[in-house]
Amino acid sequence: MRLRGVYFAVAAGSFRRYSTYRVATAAGVFTNTVFGFILAFTFTALWSERPHLGGYDESQALTFVWMGQAMLSAAALIGGGFQEELQERIRTGDVAVDLYRPADLQLWWLAADLGRAGFHLLARGVAPVVFGAFYFELALPVSPLAWLAFLASVTLGIVTGFALRYLFALSAFWLLDGTGLNMLSTLMSMFFSGMLLPLTVFPGAFGEVARLLPWAATMQVPVDVLLGEYEGAGVLSAFAFQALWAVVLLGAGRALQSLATRKVVVQGG
Amino acid sequence: MWVRSTMAYRASFVMMAVGNFAMSALDFVAIMIMFSHVEVLGGFTLHEVALLYGTSAASLGLADLLLGSFDRIGTRVRDGTMDTILVRPVPALAQVAADRFALRRLGRIGQSVLVLGWALSGVQLAGGAWTPLLLAVTVLSGTAIFGSVFVVGGAFQFVAQDAAEVQNSFTYGGATLLQYPPTVFAKDMVRGVTFVIPLAFINWLPVLRLLGRDDPLRLPGWVDFAGPAVAAACCVLAGLAWRAGLRAYRSTGS
Repeated sequence: MRLRGVYFAVAAGSFRRYSTYRVATAAGVFTNTVFGFILAFTFTALWSERPHLGGYDESQALTFVWMGQAMLSAAALIGGGFQEELQERIRTGDVAVDLYRPADLQLWWLAADLGRAGFHLLARGVAPVVFGAFYFELALPVSPLAWLAFLASVTLGIVTGFALRYLFALSAFWLLDGTGLNMLSTLMSMFFSGMLLPLTVFPGAFGEVARLLPWAATMQVPVDVLLGEYEGAGVLSAFAFQALWAVVLLGAGRALQSLATRKVVVQGG
Repeated sequence: MWVRSTMAYRASFVMMAVGNFAMSALDFVAIMIMFSHVEVLGGFTLHEVALLYGTSAASLGLADLLLGSFDRIGTRVRDGTMDTILVRPVPALAQVAADRFALRRLGRIGQSVLVLGWALSGVQLAGGAWTPLLLAVTVLSGTAIFGSVFVVGGAFQFVAQDAAEVQNSFTYGGATLLQYPPTVFAKDMVRGVTFVIPLAFINWLPVLRLLGRDDPLRLPGWVDFAGPAVAAACCVLAGLAWRAGLRAYRSTGS
């Protein structure tokens, strides 16, 4: 019970930490809005050539763009978040101190990342969508139930994204310099989350595989939940897909972590 | 020194250069997927869009290689290491440019040159014998304009400290914008990047001329060749902004 309080405090502290960077947050909202506009216009051009491409009508495609921009920093789709910080602690040997703490390393960082994501979802998520809805016709649902389902799906997506990035971050135990793998991680999540283009637009078997990868759970699935692409109880299958990946990846992260702490000599004096 | 230090982690360097290549290539893959569903986008074929893509990405890649470190100024201002730069007897601009000079950025340039070559194989250009020269001038003045944006962004960080992302929306955002034909965007947006922040001179105007298309704003024809003049003006403005930024700098000092 007390330990659970610790993780909550970590999450709250992380939320507060990010909320102090006000100028950075404003800059982020500006950037997300600019990219939202650029993407929205290209999507408009694409969907006016091919209406109903990927199963979306034009306003749904535009909603996809703006929700993507809203979730971008919350789900850390183009990097950011805890990854570099943990790697720096591994490189300098500070991680040895973390491992001595009575709290679990993975859960500690998960709590911190959830706090960060919560702040980013509120601070950098709402404003771009408001801008987008002002200028474009979006297909946002009215039913509060749809929004609740979306929130649940976003949360699952953030946990899946964390689990993925944790695996990449732990590689620093072996490589010391994780920047190369971080780039690979960013690359995969940029492309396979649906941020550049909805995964339903990806052609043939390539598209089918892309929709089964864990990155799909971070953005494609939550936005589809919001757009009502899953009918009725189908939403549950979307949740199940995300939860399955989250559990598998968190488990893998746990295994890798115990391997790292048993086999690897920590640097430092 | 930075080149040698990145070579210390050789595996990581190779991955970063390849990653840099692949990261910019993914944008183009997304464009190709779009074109797997349509013949034209905003009235432009894939080869024509590739020409816009290649010129914009090459200019950004070169500017990023030379001046990409300017987005770290905010960090330097915050942790006080900007002071070390200012007390050395070398111009601060040159030092910031050389700071963390990252050869991996060659990945983006290589990728854009490949796309550019492929684009040129598939389009009819109207420039005749002048085409190679005009293309080279376009890429170079584009580099200068993007470079000015990097420097102005750096100067702005003396004031804002923590706003590297605003800079990204003009550099990376601008490059993304220029990869698509201007017909895709709203008139006001095109006006904005022509007259307010002159990104349109990086590639839209000269490439439209090479492709024999009218520009959507119906500007007089000579404007298409104004790239170098605009670039020079941008450099002067960026220099002034940089000096103003340096003068506004208050050390975190102790």
